[in-house]
Amino acid sequence: MAPTRLSRTEFAIWVAAAVAVVGLPLLLPIFSIVQLTVFLIFCLLAVSLDLAWGLAGLLSFGHAAFFGVGGYAYGILAVNGLATPAALLAGGISGALLAGILGYVAFYGRVSTIFLAVMTLTVTLILLQVMGSTADPSYRIGSAVLGGYNGITNIPSLALGLPLLPSIELGPAGFFRFVGGFLIVVLALGRLMTFAPFGRILATIRENEQRTELSGYDVRWRKLAVFAASGGIAGVAGGLFASWGNFINPEVFSLSQSAQVVIWVLVGGRGLLYGAVIGALVVQALTQYLGAIGTAYTALVLGLLMVAFVLLLREGLVPTFLRLSLILPRHKTPA
Amino acid sequence: MMVQTESSTPLLLETRCLSKEFGGVHALDGVNFRLRRGELRSLIGPNGAGKSTFFKILSGQLQPSKGDVLFDGKAIVGLPPHRIARLGIGIKNQVPSLWDGLSVYEHFWLAAYRHTGKRGAMERADRLLQQLGLWQKASQSVGTLSHGERQWVEIGMVMAQEPLLLLLDEPAAGMTEEEVERTAALLRAINTEASLIVVEHDMQFIRMLEGLVTVFYQGRVLMEDTIDAVLADAKVREVYLGTADSHG
Ligand SMILES: Nc1ncnc2c1ncn2[C@@H]1O[C@H](COP(=O)(O)OP(=O)(O)OP(=O)(O)O)[C@@H](O)[C@H]1O
Ligand SMILES: [Mg+2]
Repeated sequence: MAPTRLSRTEFAIWVAAAVAVVGLPLLLPIFSIVQLTVFLIFCLLAVSLDLAWGLAGLLSFGHAAFFGVGGYAYGILAVNGLATPAALLAGGISGALLAGILGYVAFYGRVSTIFLAVMTLTVTLILLQVMGSTADPSYRIGSAVLGGYNGITNIPSLALGLPLLPSIELGPAGFFRFVGGFLIVVLALGRLMTFAPFGRILATIRENEQRTELSGYDVRWRKLAVFAASGGIAGVAGGLFASWGNFINPEVFSLSQSAQVVIWVLVGGRGLLYGAVIGALVVQALTQYLGAIGTAYTALVLGLLMVAFVLLLREGLVPTFLRLSLILPRHKTPA
Repeated sequence: MMVQTESSTPLLLETRCLSKEFGGVHALDGVNFRLRRGELRSLIGPNGAGKSTFFKILSGQLQPSKGDVLFDGKAIVGLPPHRIARLGIGIKNQVPSLWDGLSVYEHFWLAAYRHTGKRGAMERADRLLQQLGLWQKASQSVGTLSHGERQWVEIGMVMAQEPLLLLLDEPAAGMTEEEVERTAALLRAINTEASLIVVEHDMQFIRMLEGLVTVFYQGRVLMEDTIDAVLADAKVREVYLGTADSHG
């Protein structure tokens, strides 16, 4: 018998997604492309949380913080003239570092899962306070004025180029393709990892960490590795976000942002990574629709949605759909 | 039948003055225990005698309040559970502890993978599925299995680790009579390659194991002898059988 493997359908999905990412800018107006780009950035953030939460069972409310730190790092460095790809990389490293530090304390200190959730949320809210209190113009790093709740403005857009040649700004279509391509690469690598031994060991940690340790696996560094990687991807997403709007403010560290990421994954369904993408798209589209029809109850509707999912659709959209359609037969009792 | 008392056989496990206190409760109170290589030892004692606590200390899940544990000549107190597992102690806890969402096959594969790599893990998992009669259920998630089957999956996982010493805490609990007999035969088969300590309440089962018996009572070793000598002992009758007829 062979271990669980990636199905062929999945490769087809990746190829279709790649074609869509390349083709959509030819079909849709610029305005829609710009809008879709920020949706994809949120998808990336949702996928990063699912890597930690869905795969290894590490619930974090801190992904908004890793995202925000990545965004601020990108903004500060890019405003100071660092090449934007390097600033984006630095955004990822900042997210990974913050996640790594929190993860180290939590996993090597052997605190409970719930403590990790509380600790990450606390750090996020501290960052909200700290970044919010930098309104005085004296708070500046190089030429980047932090700006308190107004945030950093005029952040340069991501520009790519070959060494020695002047780099060119991507423009809306190019940036969309870059974000989409990055998302697909992360998804594909994440899925491959899910089925690799490392990913399977993460699954055992999620199911019953004690049994994993008694089987001779050191769970601590494995949790730290996946959590830091997850924080790094959130950091890159934050950098992309800062590039997208040419701006970042402490709103990224707010309670509602932290909760949003968790809601996306909850709605879409944990553990498959695709669920995170669908969840982020559905909830964002809904939020935008509610905003457009001018209801004042967006938060209420989102809250009810979350309660409904927790009570009725515990697995989330994608796993429920797959179970119903039997595309991906689950390991069930043969009748 | 293995002859366990030959004093020339080297010691595999020794505990010295092992004690564990839980806020005033002496779960273990100065246990001196020795196991020779190749033994199949049964550990019995009334509820609360400290058997599970003893196992949890040996496997690194609990730290003793006092005392030492020497395994294969090495002091192992203070090592984290995964290090102890790597030294060659495998444990099945009293409360079944599995990865409920994962398949039976994956349990065996992952338990073996750490020391065998991919190929070896596949071979070992296939062999265990045959040996334990779980072939039909290989791809079923263990959350859907019966209690007895779950016990076997956990025993199989411990076997997949190929430990020098297996600690099995009530491996036959909740099994039918036929399953109990199969389990006893399985443990004797394992014993041709590894040493075991088995905690059980079922005297029929212990008789089938044919090894020496250690009796725990209130955190101490009350006596150590063959099953017949233990069952004939007045003190044992008083503390153990007198209070637990239903198990006998
Ligand atoms: N985590 C704990 N906290 C406090 N007391 C405990 C703990 N674990 C065990 N004890 C106590 O230690 C004593 C020994 O318990 P232990 O589980 O080792 O007994 P046992 O011999 O395995 O019993 P049983 O046959 O019922 O499984 C009991 O009095 C129990 O209540
Ligand atoms: Mg017990």
